Amino acid sequence: MAEDPSVPPARGITRRALFQGAGAAAAARALLGATPAGAEEGPAATPWRTQGPGAVDVALRVNGAERTLRVEPRVTLLEALRLDLDLTGAKPVCDRSQCGACTVWLDGRTVHACSVLAVEAEGREVTTVEGLGQPGRLHPVQRAFVEEDALQCGFCTPGLVMSVAWAVAQHGPGLSEAQVRRACAGNLCRCGTYPHVLKAALKAAGQGG
Amino acid sequence: MSREVTYRVGLIGPEDLVARHPALRREITVQVHDLDADPWPVDAALRWVGREVPRVDGEAKVTGAARYTYDVHPHGLAFAGVLGSPHAHARVVAVDDAAARAVPGVLAVRTFAGRRVTYAGQIVAAVCAENPRALDDALAALRVEFEPLPAAVTTEDALAPDAPRVEPGRTEGNLHAPPEPGNRAAVDEAFAAAPVRVAAEYRTSVQTHSCLEPHGCVAQVHPDGTATVWASTQATSFFARGRFSRELGVPEARVRTLTEHMGGGFGSKFGALEWDVIAAGFARETGRPVQLMLPRRLEHLLGGNRPDSIQRLELAGTADGVFLGLKGETFGTAGNGPGGAGAANHSVYRIPALWMRQSEVATFTARGAAFRAPRHPQGFFALESLIDLYAARLGADPLEVRRRNDPHPVRQAQWELGAERFGWAAARARRDAGPLRRGAGCAAARWLNAGRPPWQVDLTVRADAGVLVANAAQDIGTGMKTVLAAVVAEELGIEPGRVQVRLGDTRDPAGPGSGGSTTTASLAPAAREAALRAREALAARLAEHWGVPAAEVRSPAGGFEGPEGRRASFAEACRLIGDEEVRVQGTRRPNWAGPFGETAGCQFAEVEVDTETGVVRVLRVVAVHDAGRVLNPLTARSQVNGGVLQGISYALYEEKRLDRALGDMVNPTLDTYRILGLADCPRVEVLLTSLEAGFNNCGAMGLGEPATVPTAAAVANAVFHALGVQVRELPMTPARVLAALEEAPR
Repeated sequence: MAEDPSVPPARGITRRALFQGAGAAAAARALLGATPAGAEEGPAATPWRTQGPGAVDVALRVNGAERTLRVEPRVTLLEALRLDLDLTGAKPVCDRSQCGACTVWLDGRTVHACSVLAVEAEGREVTTVEGLGQPGRLHPVQRAFVEEDALQCGFCTPGLVMSVAWAVAQHGPGLSEAQVRRACAGNLCRCGTYPHVLKAALKAAGQGG
Repeated sequence: MSREVTYRVGLIGPEDLVARHPALRREITVQVHDLDADPWPVDAALRWVGREVPRVDGEAKVTGAARYTYDVHPHGLAFAGVLGSPHAHARVVAVDDAAARAVPGVLAVRTFAGRRVTYAGQIVAAVCAENPRALDDALAALRVEFEPLPAAVTTEDALAPDAPRVEPGRTEGNLHAPPEPGNRAAVDEAFAAAPVRVAAEYRTSVQTHSCLEPHGCVAQVHPDGTATVWASTQATSFFARGRFSRELGVPEARVRTLTEHMGGGFGSKFGALEWDVIAAGFARETGRPVQLMLPRRLEHLLGGNRPDSIQRLELAGTADGVFLGLKGETFGTAGNGPGGAGAANHSVYRIPALWMRQSEVATFTARGAAFRAPRHPQGFFALESLIDLYAARLGADPLEVRRRNDPHPVRQAQWELGAERFGWAAARARRDAGPLRRGAGCAAARWLNAGRPPWQVDLTVRADAGVLVANAAQDIGTGMKTVLAAVVAEELGIEPGRVQVRLGDTRDPAGPGSGGSTTTASLAPAAREAALRAREALAARLAEHWGVPAAEVRSPAGGFEGPEGRRASFAEACRLIGDEEVRVQGTRRPNWAGPFGETAGCQFAEVEVDTETGVVRVLRVVAVHDAGRVLNPLTARSQVNGGVLQGISYALYEEKRLDRALGDMVNPTLDTYRILGLADCPRVEVLLTSLEAGFNNCGAMGLGEPATVPTAAAVANAVFHALGVQVRELPMTPARVLAALEEAPR
């Protein structure tokens, strides 16, 4: 079912204003996915409108490229990235915002792609681990992860790379260990790569990553 | 068939430890197979082996380019899932799948009406659909009628005389006890004469593997009668065996199994399991590639677990710290499957009189599975805790008591090294007055394996000097690809970057399952032999090219030399290959008798306990491990970090909690089933006592499992030291810590 054209989008009401009106900024953050400690809410989001339940067109900007998808509004950004765009770096692990393996950037801030709808990402800049760097031209954080062996099975690694790269971008060369721990507090690793992740993060920050 | 080789084995480093322990180096003579490479002596100057070579698949993993099973999306992919029973014990009376079949996009439904389910989560129906949303809708639309039956989900409930039986045919209830060990009288005698006896009951909880990539596979039947399966497995070579290939309708030999990257197994991912077989059936039925990956809730419920334990132990010893005897009775449950018994709590130390009875209890819960060092973390927690109780009774240093009773020469050196680096004496002397109390504890590690035959590794060299090493075994994150590249590079005298390693494809020679910490030590020696064969083949081509007898071409590292100053680099020799390829194979030969026995290790932990809240924090751990010759210290340290951190997580957080009446897991998510995160992560110092072990041509042994054996025990002993009272049940949650403090004599 396509979007009903007879229902005009409610202009001028942002979701942020809506939630603030309801006195539930915390709920907004929960719906937007994980917001790292210390990060402020980003720019005003997509205007509020009713969509679905049938498939709708969604224009996404992913890793700098414009991509138009036709997805049900209930499709998560994670599913759209993985199944529609074949960007499988972000991983499904916990099914709902508990492990950080699907961490991507939305307008430069880390979010859990499993807890953002694809339609919510419309008009915003999505950056995945593939967009950060590629084999042969690694982002300094990715290079430091390889050099310090901050990975084992590697399933949590793309998420950790995105969280660490966010912390490095945020804090620069002065990045502290405590800031890395906070930035990655929502990223679970089962192989126990954390000590090497800490080393890699500080190394990348020191190198101006 | 073989030649005698005499060479020096033993401790490679650290240097000061070698100087202090000359007995840890010695000369041995072994029978080396004619086709095998000579072992490297303890002081061999090696260029790549033993060096920190970064992971060869690191770039793929940090950029998202690495494709795991979950990431494989063949054209036309369909999505399958299963519905689990909400009851621990019930009969499935009927399954109404009409509404599910009516969901647009549903391709196939399977139901298991009539089945008697004996654990919560047991599969009662399955759906295959066009997309994940249709799958979810259809699973939600299934209507199942159950006839609930009485269940017992804890070990103690299952042992009650009137408990329902998991296997109704059994006559002796749910207890599977071994025959009574016969030496009870002699042990009782030793105990009666012993000046000191300590006894306690220790308990551990069920731990789930919590692999980040869940169990599952993608199965595809091709029109030509072959099939491909991508599996998240620790045993690529055996995954398609039996029921799986029968359900696919394709003979096993025509099924290609692929596991290029794997998102964690820890023992839980060997053969194809029930949901995999269901995926195979859907692949045949729909003619589509089918993905079935368990959702997290079912991963927790069905994906396997480390059985819990109840361990009642008594230790007898002299007044000056020598063990005289150990007796004990243990119970453990691996749910409705085998393997719950046998906490490993009687190894490592000299114990002259031993009596242990270890029983397995069947419960209405999902099956246990091998989990990183099966039986060991739970057993070591109990035994090592009891040793500290004994030391405390004597007023003795628990480290000295251990050293007094430890027969392993390598571990003796490790205790010394670890204590120094940890600052054991100072940490034990510390006394805190306030509510925050620090404590220090230690415990021993052991493991058994140096790998085993009979695996083959293929090696191909082409004219461009590119080398391909191949075996069907999988790199589950240990860094085995990197180690094989380094070993082959070492033997050929080239850079590891020139060596491509292909693992996890059953078109290549079969490889071992990743179990028992055997994979690297099983395959690295075969890879080295293959590289030696390649060197010989290139030398033969050079001899022909130079027109000299083959025996006159020698191959020192990195090149070839012939008579009258003839020389060729590896690349120059490869050019002679032309349009052909050099294709050789190396074989894993049987182990020799290494003189130092099993793998040794020990760990030291410092904790801080908040006596007002009961929260335990681990501040630092020093982990000392031998793994035979450490082939790559960088990836080896990663493995030890992993063992330590999983051990801390087991000690403090992890507990599969069941609703005692209904049998369902009440914490099947990663926020309610807590695993250690970066915020909880202590400083971990890894000290590798690399040891040319004398078992195989690489000197290698296993490392993955021993690294997690002692951690919970060391943490528990540190808590005991901090509080003066033991917390005898894992995990040591704040509630259990406070309860222990409550019961402590003031």
